[in-house]
Amino acid sequence: MNIIVCVKRVPLTQEVDLEIDESGKKIKEDALAYVINDWDNYAIEAAVQLQENLGGEVTAITIGSEDDEEVLRRALAMGADRAVRIDPGELVTDGYLDATILAKTISGLEYDLIFTGVQSEDRNTGMVGIMLAEQLGLAHAAVTNGIEAEEKAAKVFVELEGGIDEVSRIQLPALLTIQTGINEPRYVSIMGIRKAKKKELKVMTLDDLGFGAEALTPQTQIEEVFLPPETEGAEMIEGDAATIAETLIRIMGEKGVTV
Amino acid sequence: MGDIFVIAEHRNGEVREITFEMLQKAAELGQVLACGVTAVLLAGPGEAFAEALSKKSDRVLVFEDERLKTYNSDLYAGILAELLKEQQPFLTLMGHTSWGMDYAPALAVKSGYPLATDATDILLKDGQPQVIRQMYSGKLFSRVSFAPSEGYMITVRSGAFKVDEAAERSAEVVSMDLPQDLQPPRREFIEFEDTASGDVDITQADLLVSVGRGVGEADNISAVQELAELLGGTLSCSRPVVDKNWLPKYHQVGTSGKSVRPKVYLALGISGAFQHVAGISGAGCVIAVNKDKKAPIFRVADYGIADDLFNVVEALKAKAGA
Repeated sequence: MNIIVCVKRVPLTQEVDLEIDESGKKIKEDALAYVINDWDNYAIEAAVQLQENLGGEVTAITIGSEDDEEVLRRALAMGADRAVRIDPGELVTDGYLDATILAKTISGLEYDLIFTGVQSEDRNTGMVGIMLAEQLGLAHAAVTNGIEAEEKAAKVFVELEGGIDEVSRIQLPALLTIQTGINEPRYVSIMGIRKAKKKELKVMTLDDLGFGAEALTPQTQIEEVFLPPETEGAEMIEGDAATIAETLIRIMGEKGVTV
Repeated sequence: MGDIFVIAEHRNGEVREITFEMLQKAAELGQVLACGVTAVLLAGPGEAFAEALSKKSDRVLVFEDERLKTYNSDLYAGILAELLKEQQPFLTLMGHTSWGMDYAPALAVKSGYPLATDATDILLKDGQPQVIRQMYSGKLFSRVSFAPSEGYMITVRSGAFKVDEAAERSAEVVSMDLPQDLQPPRREFIEFEDTASGDVDITQADLLVSVGRGVGEADNISAVQELAELLGGTLSCSRPVVDKNWLPKYHQVGTSGKSVRPKVYLALGISGAFQHVAGISGAGCVIAVNKDKKAPIFRVADYGIADDLFNVVEALKAKAGA
């Protein structure tokens, strides 16, 4: 079972005050810490688990700068066999262009399954994986939270709203977008990091892939970003912990919950 | 100008609410653009969804086939791509649901129309659609424009638009033929599985003490469990807690878990992703505790405390136990 897994490095924004830069079209990213996109971490684990059980090779791919190689090294340390970074240069991509670049990169490779995360933590579009599947002409399933590999097929569990899974059988090769919680991603071990250093990490440019400049026009563009309006919201309760607790118990009582 | 198309979503014999929310917005946009609203329904034979749709649109196009009783990504993308090519709608709306996320990007590639996903609002600028959507799990909003095209595609967030029950239209219902060269699906439905039922029923509780990622680690959950017991409430949680296997899924509140309507919902260390917030819209009162004073949960909570959740948990335990 050969598996390709597409990954991305994203800024860590929980418990961080975001600031908008001078362009008004994006946030200031310099001061932020970066991590692997949460969904992609689960996707790598899903790929490595299948490879451990069934053999084959796992290839991790990202689009990004040299700094983004961090997530590829992480994938290699988790058990991926090789990695590819596509350097987009100055090109600003949208979901459609990411899918287009990935499709060209993957079209020459051999695979049974392609995994992407359901979405990325930064743009939250949830479109790259399925657009990639369609560009490659593959069967696909979005929001996958269970996979049972079969002969030339897989039983897939897709998470629907309301605590319902849709179980279906999909022909391989196929692309699955992976939901968080599908597995327990392993920690990266010292041994894994050491092994990763010996594995291949190939860098390709858009030229290497044979793209002319005119072929890469985004379909969507961010005109402006803005912080959520602060006009409405919670009445904030302040004070020492004991006073807060007393206030909360009084509020609960008023709302019909007697403690 | 082509119509605005709304692709209906149904499951287990019911049209899902997102369909009517999209029809509502389509009607509003249609008025400005002076174009009609077309509902598109893919369903099994004899399923009586068309009538409900006909009250909210100007035209209902119905594809009826045994194979369309349940959703299928290949059939939806295949049938709809042919339909869009033939009818050339100006704008096509689909739900940003698990199924919408499954077929909309494929349909966009097949049809060549640009797609923006998870819209919380749709604007018109010089007659062209633009989309308001969230990034970074709701910490940032953006306004997105499309490259010029004959038609545009947008997936819409559940709950973004309110349905006006009183507004009635009357549509002609048109029966459509499936494309002749429709490829057989590569993915086949087996069954639905209920994954959210178990020992605890969080939908019946008057007080939910709910814990999120902010709890930090599995061992810390017992302190919150104790508080729930002291207060006579029920323990629930947000998605990351279930993803990390700290609590079973039947505790999970949100779109992929349960929708709840307690009198009081105490959210501890929950950031308030929209998938979670959608599950507590029926709560009588939401009290949120979070270290991050900019956490989105404070936008929907009635009362907020910007503090470490354990400070509040311990103080509440001391008061309730006294």
